[in-house]
Amino acid sequence: MKRRSMNHQGLSSGSLGRRLLMQLLFVAAVLSALLYLAVRSVANQAAVATHDNILGASATSIAEQLSSSGEGVVIDIPYSAFSMLGAISEDRVFYRIDSNEFTVTGYEDLPRPDLLPTLQSPLYYSTRLRGAKVRAVALMRVIPVNNKPVRVLIMVAQTRLGQNSITARVANTAAALGVGFFVVAGLMSWLATRSTVKPLHMVADAISRRGAHDLRALRSPIPSELEPLVSSLNDFILRLRDALHKTETFMAEAAHHVRTPLATVRTQAEIALRQAETDASRKTLRSVIRAVDESSRSANQLLDYAMITYRSEQLSKDSFDYSALVFDVMRVLSATAELKDVALDASVTPGIEFFGDRILIESALHNLLDNAIKYSPEDSVITLSLQKVNDQVRFKICDRGRGLGDINQSALTVRFQRGDNVKDVVGSGLGLTIVEHVAEVHRGSFEILAQKEGGTCATLLL
Amino acid sequence: MRYIIVVILLNVFIGVADAFEVEDEELFAVENSRSQLRVLSNTDLAYVEPLILAYQKRNPSVSVLYTVASSKELFSAINNEQAKYDVVISSAMDLQMKLVNDGLAQAHDSSVADSMPRWARWRNLLFAFTQEPAVLLVSRAGMRNLKLPQNRQELLTLLRDNPDHFAGKIGTYDLRVSGAGYLFATQDSRQSDMFWRLAEVMGALNPKLYCCSSEMIDGLKTGEIILAYNVVGSYASAVLEKDSDGTIVPLSDYTHFMLRTALIPTTAERPELGGSFIDFLIDAQGRQLIDEAAGLPPIDGKALAKSQHFRPITLGPGLLVYLDRIKRGRFLKEWADAMVQP
Repeated sequence: MKRRSMNHQGLSSGSLGRRLLMQLLFVAAVLSALLYLAVRSVANQAAVATHDNILGASATSIAEQLSSSGEGVVIDIPYSAFSMLGAISEDRVFYRIDSNEFTVTGYEDLPRPDLLPTLQSPLYYSTRLRGAKVRAVALMRVIPVNNKPVRVLIMVAQTRLGQNSITARVANTAAALGVGFFVVAGLMSWLATRSTVKPLHMVADAISRRGAHDLRALRSPIPSELEPLVSSLNDFILRLRDALHKTETFMAEAAHHVRTPLATVRTQAEIALRQAETDASRKTLRSVIRAVDESSRSANQLLDYAMITYRSEQLSKDSFDYSALVFDVMRVLSATAELKDVALDASVTPGIEFFGDRILIESALHNLLDNAIKYSPEDSVITLSLQKVNDQVRFKICDRGRGLGDINQSALTVRFQRGDNVKDVVGSGLGLTIVEHVAEVHRGSFEILAQKEGGTCATLLL
Repeated sequence: MRYIIVVILLNVFIGVADAFEVEDEELFAVENSRSQLRVLSNTDLAYVEPLILAYQKRNPSVSVLYTVASSKELFSAINNEQAKYDVVISSAMDLQMKLVNDGLAQAHDSSVADSMPRWARWRNLLFAFTQEPAVLLVSRAGMRNLKLPQNRQELLTLLRDNPDHFAGKIGTYDLRVSGAGYLFATQDSRQSDMFWRLAEVMGALNPKLYCCSSEMIDGLKTGEIILAYNVVGSYASAVLEKDSDGTIVPLSDYTHFMLRTALIPTTAERPELGGSFIDFLIDAQGRQLIDEAAGLPPIDGKALAKSQHFRPITLGPGLLVYLDRIKRGRFLKEWADAMVQP
């Protein structure tokens, strides 16, 4: 996981999951705010309507007691007119009764509405009185007195502390509701985002878990939205595999085609050497032979490498005698060693059974021993050992050569890369790459270290 | 015209005098006084003196100026003259309510005030500290062997059946003069029609009308009257303790409780002192003092719960209805028509 994010840091255009979560949270926040406002406004309207209705009822109860006597309009405010206002809230109450534009009773400073109400319906209005905001209702009635109509305007007003306290309570409730909604929605958004993004992670994990040479198509079940991505990924993998195959095949072909003429050239050169008469031409022919040898060695390694790359895809695993394999490899290279007067000192635990690809391991051992001989000075000793270490097998080979110079192991195991102190020795730079590769496909490890007293030790742990 | 008559009546009763009439005034001075609490009240000094002294024990640097005026004068002092007092105490619940409703009281918030029962305060503006019943006062000697009435129906029957015995011997408030009498009478009239029937019957018996409870109690003691209707029970019980002749009858159909209330007017110069005095009146120690030293019944929900006929008069805008000048005019006219019969 960590490795992946580090590798792609520069490429990242932000997290898909985070973007989705942010959008969902934004929607949740908007909905929460709307919920808050809606609850508040509905409750406010309800509170206003309730209080207005009671105010209206109060004025109506006064209006219903209006009657006519011979002298004028009889006004008799019922006790309930104000006590009903006192019942719903502890608000201050004001009233005023006008008869034909003349204030008969009540608070003369209670403002009249800007427009007069009709006879049919009460008029509600907001105004100020004695430093307090009040809600008022005005009600118009016409009472006949001595056959003349008298217009009576009843106004009842009330401060709105009760309503405000309801509103404040409702606002708190609405806010709590909004926050609660947001928290729940946020939690659900997070869960939804996680489950949505999960298949992406699964695909990414499936790919990242693979070995470097695992080029099979992805086969795990995926959501339909990811099908195009995965199928193009699989196409890409297929093409990559084809390209790789072609390259390896080409290399093998090329090596093969180079090796055969080289063998011919070598034979011809040897014949010419035997027949050569001058020292100069002999020297030339020897160097030709040496060059041909190195070229065929390189061609062999190229073939080996191609083979290894091919085999590692379809690794064949069999049980074989590792110890015997070491002796086989030593036997094959003993002639080369004798030519340089290099002694091979082997300490091999006999009869170690190993489960793996025999041909690959043989190639790795061959390359290691070949390298050791090549870089050993004349008349020196190469020590080899093969031991069981826990459930692994350790093959160790040390020479008295010139060491590694200033280059490190990871650079040495790159294809065609060679140490900077071996310019005078012919080599392809493929040998250690092959060893490293073999270690990798067997899930083992390869280590190469310079020794203090000179020379190099290579350890292959499988 | 009716309106004009009403306006004249109102002027007579509410009073538009330039300066309000002070009945009594006393300064409770202390040495090294740092501040003065000014109290305007319609409660007699005798009841309040122990309370003020106890308050000063708690606040030794506060001198107290205690001014007594009638409930109407007191209302007019605050309403018309912006008199500068820190606490206004009155038994006239309706007038106190009107002061509060008209925005002449300021808010007082304290934990003591908040702990009061809802019925004993109106918002954070008006606070009750006594609950005083309106009772029937009867002289046993005057009754001879007549049975004591237990409710208004029995009282009505008693008066009807013995007109000669009770003629000129009944006392009640003159509603045109007494604020408490008007409050009790209006609440009675809300409660049942019995009030008007009683008024008719009493009116026929040539009743004596009094300005105040104390005079009614005196009249009962001197034998001038036998029955006193709607007397403030707390006054009666304080006076009648030594006089076994007078009997207090809480009528069992209903008994109204008047709440003596306190408020801090907006004109107060030391509202925090006013607040501390109100808190003093209503906290546990104050309630005990009101009960034991002042001899007034403090706010006590349990005492009211003893009978379902005990009804504290509701603090609220309903009280404003009978202060409406037309309403008041009509009520007094009807009452006078019934009571003051030629």
